[in-house]
Amino acid sequence: MDQDLITQLYTNMLRIRRFEEEAARLYTERKIGGFLHLYIGQEAVAVGAISVLDPQDQILTSYRCHGHYLARGGSPKAGMAELMGKVTGCSKGRGGSMHFFDVEHAFYGGWAIIGGQIPMSAGMAFANKYKGNKNVSLSFLGDGSINIGAFHEGLALAALWELPAIFIIENNHFAMGTPLEKTATSEDLSIRALGYPMARETVDGHDIFAVRAAVHKAAKRAREQSQPTLIEAKTYRYRGHSMADPGTYRTKDDVEAWRSRDPISVLGDKLNELGLSAVREKVIQEIEAEIAEAVDFAEKSDFPDIADAAKYAYFDLKQ
Amino acid sequence: MREIMMRDAIREAMSEEMRRDPNVFLVGEEVGAYNGAYKCSKGMLEEFGAQRVIDAPIAETGFSGIGVGAAMCGLRPIVEFMTFNFSLVAIDQIINSAAKAHLMSGGQLTCPIVFRGANGGAFQLGAQHVNYLEGIYANTPGLVVIAPSTPYDTKGLLKSAIRNSDPVIFLEAELTYGLRGEVPEEEYIIPIGKADIKKEGTDVTLISWSRSVFITLQVAEKLAEQGISAEVLDLRTLRPLDKEAVLKSVSKTNRCIIIQDQFETASYGAYLSHMIQREIFDQLDAPIGLVSTMDVPMPYSKVLENYIRPNVEMCLKEITQILG
Repeated sequence: MDQDLITQLYTNMLRIRRFEEEAARLYTERKIGGFLHLYIGQEAVAVGAISVLDPQDQILTSYRCHGHYLARGGSPKAGMAELMGKVTGCSKGRGGSMHFFDVEHAFYGGWAIIGGQIPMSAGMAFANKYKGNKNVSLSFLGDGSINIGAFHEGLALAALWELPAIFIIENNHFAMGTPLEKTATSEDLSIRALGYPMARETVDGHDIFAVRAAVHKAAKRAREQSQPTLIEAKTYRYRGHSMADPGTYRTKDDVEAWRSRDPISVLGDKLNELGLSAVREKVIQEIEAEIAEAVDFAEKSDFPDIADAAKYAYFDLKQ
Repeated sequence: MREIMMRDAIREAMSEEMRRDPNVFLVGEEVGAYNGAYKCSKGMLEEFGAQRVIDAPIAETGFSGIGVGAAMCGLRPIVEFMTFNFSLVAIDQIINSAAKAHLMSGGQLTCPIVFRGANGGAFQLGAQHVNYLEGIYANTPGLVVIAPSTPYDTKGLLKSAIRNSDPVIFLEAELTYGLRGEVPEEEYIIPIGKADIKKEGTDVTLISWSRSVFITLQVAEKLAEQGISAEVLDLRTLRPLDKEAVLKSVSKTNRCIIIQDQFETASYGAYLSHMIQREIFDQLDAPIGLVSTMDVPMPYSKVLENYIRPNVEMCLKEITQILG
């Protein structure tokens, strides 16, 4: 297996993990306000999926968006500054935790109304087809999204209009505190694709190479045949739904079962097996420095000027 | 000057902009093969093809969201709602996606999209097909809201709306699709955010928008018979409001009556009234009048419908009371 690839994937996952652990700490210090939904445990899905796409392919996701932003190449400094509401943030302090954007890297944001990003991502695929480029749109969504109208309408139109889109359900088994058995009739969520119909696949979201393979296949289908795909990646978040949630609706054993095959540890161990423990150590050091630098940058950055309160309400119309 | 119908003014605006800019496309229910539920897109499928005049299934959230996503990637969608009542099942995409994209992204995204279709009352459509949505949309920062009255204004403003880079709510009035009005052959545009004096006067300012402008003009005629000179101001754009034009007119006449075919509680007219008294209280010689539709879900029977919607008599009664 390609050592550079493993190192790269390991680095990108670790960056997300450490970014969010620091964010959680800063939240308890009240330096971050509002909601903070952590992606910890699910890193292999974002990193794996995005690693096989082209730079101009559009990415959208829900409110749990830090991981996808970082996996797409978003700057940890600008991300941390956004969490603190600073003007140097990736959304200039206007978005917050749930609304990271980095359009230069084709990261079209975190959207916080369940399912809302799904028709929008179909629209980006529509734009790709309309313009005749070979770009693909990819949207991430949670298992909590699969019953809302926007999910069905977005997928129905993507199939009907043959749009080059990929939809990934990150099935972390809980819609906030509600377990999957209360929200779905089957444990297989990709079967929802059959009704539209579109191609589908279910993968182990803790296996980054399985995620990569499924998304690679879907992207090829989208680019070459202009057909959408629904992928379910079974995964787990180790923390609560948000910082306000201690996650008491599940057992420690359940969490441990997933943690025991943590994708970051698995790839780290793989590096050790390959005799690359020095590389692993170096990556850990570099990420520590990068995250510390991000926190420092965010802390030292300015808040937006109150004179600019109405800025960005309109593009053409200046208020 | 030639006279054309409202639906033709709408079609001309869309077609001209589609010829000018290949990124403009039209999507909605029945817009293609059926030529539009109100025939506003007649012949457009033939001219532009199914790639750009797109018949959508009944899935407003789906095709509105597709429009929003496409707009963020550089296209300029026109999304037709057969009636704006159906925008209510897509309102998350309008209010929470389109209106907020520019701000939430710190200016990285724009969403140049036009949502257009019939708003407000017509004749005996029943309660679910009569919603007055200008208040809801005008209360959403990030949206532009346009509600023109004449075919001339509609064509010029729709062209501006399509060229605008912010999301636009373009409200048409069902009863005026067959209305004829003067529209020049030559191309023109009307800027967003500019009200228009439809009739000059000195004694009282009557403010309205959309189809109510025609009732207001009739009211002004009746007042003229009584020797009262009324100025009729057509707002045309509700957000952004042309405050300057409103304040200028009311400062001149010192009296103001707002006539709206809309439920009164928390309505646009109520906001307008507040704005005027706050800005130029000293200029007012009388309380600001407000004629609205009675606050009740629209009943079907024509007797009831006629009774609760603004008409000339109702307006004259309010004006007499205000002016004394």
